[in-house]
Amino acid sequence: MELVNEQQNKAETSTTPMKITGAEAVIRSLIAEGTDLVFGYPGGAIMPIYDALYDFQDQLKHVLTRHEQGAIHAAQGFARVGDKPGVVFATSGPGATNLITGLADAKIDSNPLVCITGQVGSHLLGTDAFQETDVISISMPVTKWNFQVTKAEDIPGAIAKAFYIATSGRPGPVLIDITKDAQFAELDFQYKKCQGFRSYIPKPRLDFEKVEAAAGLINQAKKPLILFGQGVILSGAENEFKHFVEKTGIPAAWTLLGLSAMDTDHPLNVGMLGMHGNYGPNKLTNEADLIIAVGMRFDDRVTGDLSTYAKNAKVIHLEIDPAEIDKNVKTDVALLADAKEALHALTESVSPNEHSEWLAEFRSHDKIEQEKVIDNELRPTKEGMTMGEVIRRVNEHTNGDAVVVTDVGQHQMIATRYAKFKQTKSNVTSGGLGTMGFCLPAALGAKLSRPDREVVAVIGDGGFQMTLQELGTIFQTGAAVKVIILNNQFLGMVRQWQQLFFDKRYSSTELVNPDFVTITKGFGIEAQSVDARDNLDKGIEDMFTHEGPYLLEVIVEKEDNVFPMVPSGASVSDVRLS
Amino acid sequence: MKQVYTIVVFTENKIGLLNRVTSIFTQRHVNIESLSVSDSEFPGIHRFTIVIEQEQEKVEKIAKQIEKQVEVLKAYYFKDEDTVFQEIALYKVDLSTIDNKESLFQIIEDHGAIQNSTIGDLLIIEKTGHKKDTHALFEALQPYGIIAFVRSGRVSLSRYAASFSGHLEQFELHSKEIITNHN
Repeated sequence: MELVNEQQNKAETSTTPMKITGAEAVIRSLIAEGTDLVFGYPGGAIMPIYDALYDFQDQLKHVLTRHEQGAIHAAQGFARVGDKPGVVFATSGPGATNLITGLADAKIDSNPLVCITGQVGSHLLGTDAFQETDVISISMPVTKWNFQVTKAEDIPGAIAKAFYIATSGRPGPVLIDITKDAQFAELDFQYKKCQGFRSYIPKPRLDFEKVEAAAGLINQAKKPLILFGQGVILSGAENEFKHFVEKTGIPAAWTLLGLSAMDTDHPLNVGMLGMHGNYGPNKLTNEADLIIAVGMRFDDRVTGDLSTYAKNAKVIHLEIDPAEIDKNVKTDVALLADAKEALHALTESVSPNEHSEWLAEFRSHDKIEQEKVIDNELRPTKEGMTMGEVIRRVNEHTNGDAVVVTDVGQHQMIATRYAKFKQTKSNVTSGGLGTMGFCLPAALGAKLSRPDREVVAVIGDGGFQMTLQELGTIFQTGAAVKVIILNNQFLGMVRQWQQLFFDKRYSSTELVNPDFVTITKGFGIEAQSVDARDNLDKGIEDMFTHEGPYLLEVIVEKEDNVFPMVPSGASVSDVRLS
Repeated sequence: MKQVYTIVVFTENKIGLLNRVTSIFTQRHVNIESLSVSDSEFPGIHRFTIVIEQEQEKVEKIAKQIEKQVEVLKAYYFKDEDTVFQEIALYKVDLSTIDNKESLFQIIEDHGAIQNSTIGDLLIIEKTGHKKDTHALFEALQPYGIIAFVRSGRVSLSRYAASFSGHLEQFELHSKEIITNHN
């Protein structure tokens, strides 16, 4: 893709100061950090920055989304599949407040983002000026750090610190709010990357005594279970993790965001944890005598009822964020460190082992799940189509090499349960926040980040309509995203809960939808709808063979449910198959 | 069991940090009983003294979340018996409406308070003490008509010799290390 041709960092990390405007300093600082793509939306208070950008278009591409929420989700998708933070521009007031959902999503899912908002002139701060909003206060609980710049000379330092904080330790979103006068004023520009500051220790130092203690527990355990999360991906520890799992022979189960850190077909990968995870890992968590949690945070969707969770197990927690230790589950040994470093040390210290009998228990649970749930989902015999059979056909085409981006709800659970992954950084979804509308813009960002990879967006009919305006951005950039709408004409997950827990009272969950194909074609994007199984293969084939972006709507069964399911507040071992 | 804890936080001196720290309490639906912010013995470093009534486990988690903020250097928490703490209260009374001034002055003396200043007929009484002491004086003064009353947030120092300065040295060392590693 032309937009993101790998450009070497052309910007001079200037040693001799030069006199430029604050706005130009923003652009030069971004280029000095290796940024070559920004997602954003202009407006009054950020116009000087956009004006400066005009002279740097060969080094810093800008993607004009159709809404600031689209910009920030695109930046999340960009960051999740690539190795650079996502960068976002938005104007003051509504531009800035439209970023809030994305900031909250990025914070809870640890996505590195640098957001730059324009602000009214500093003399107008606090006057309720046109498009003034206190974005620093509003964004405080949903940013890892934020900062308001009112003087041009503070711009390079603030941006350097922003990149350092966003990308180090447990990553997260940061926001820099720059007043318009600071953008216009001049400064002596000189860029120096941030290399640390005293109040922030991004990587705790690994305690080798604890490594030995953990290794001792691992060597003695009869029924150990590894739970892995996104920390493995964020620290680039996929190889170290694989070595650790293979040396110890311990079954490993993943959280929603840990998906793709390990080949889904690896013999020791026993599947997904939590509410709609696999039968085996949920049932057997409460039989395990040792839990080894790697880069995960024991979210309530993973643990179910905490008072009955893993009570037979000692717990080892490998984690970079000290605040996660003992937050939800009491730890016996906490290995506070970067996962890559901790896994390397731990693998050296443990004895080679295998747990074939214990693993066989997972396999026998798999067999039950296969018969009672999976076969019906992937190879249904009923007339209506299932979401699972669509995902199965996607797997057949992509061979597990695609990036799969999902929204939130039933389709998300089906896609993450059944999609195959051979490569890391291939699963992009809104995990912690559960943000409907995330998928379409995130898929755009992912494709622009990795134009070399197939990017498949799987969306429900509800979530699609939350950010469908980004079809315009997909058309304008030409990003060849393959979009699949799994249309059941319901807000399916809420409807499922209404059926199971609210006496089938379907309150405000049925959707009367527009013609998605016509809408998509209106945006200049090729599309088709499939409403019968006989046409599904061809629909999928057409989508993947089409050169540009493509949207395939599949009409699926209206009232299917996602199983297995751990009902909210129940113990993981009470996982239901129907 | 809920009990009184003092959380002491050392931070960089930055705009908005107060908001960032207090929002951690808001998110967990925890009421702050008292809060004071001041300089510390270290240039450029601010000290927050926050009093809450909570279970220890919750206090510990809150302290960790505070310490996680990138401009916070360190957060500690203490039970009352581990600290020396004080508050100050000021009371305003109108002497022109008080007939028995002698008994008023006696009360002030008995409570170990002082007459801070008089402005015309207005007397400002000052009392340093724990909440129960300043409250006792409040009750004693009530019959005389209190025009205005204010009590400060708690200030508190731990009873232990080990202090934040050791940690600060580590932080300084750490930031130097980072810079050396990257150069």
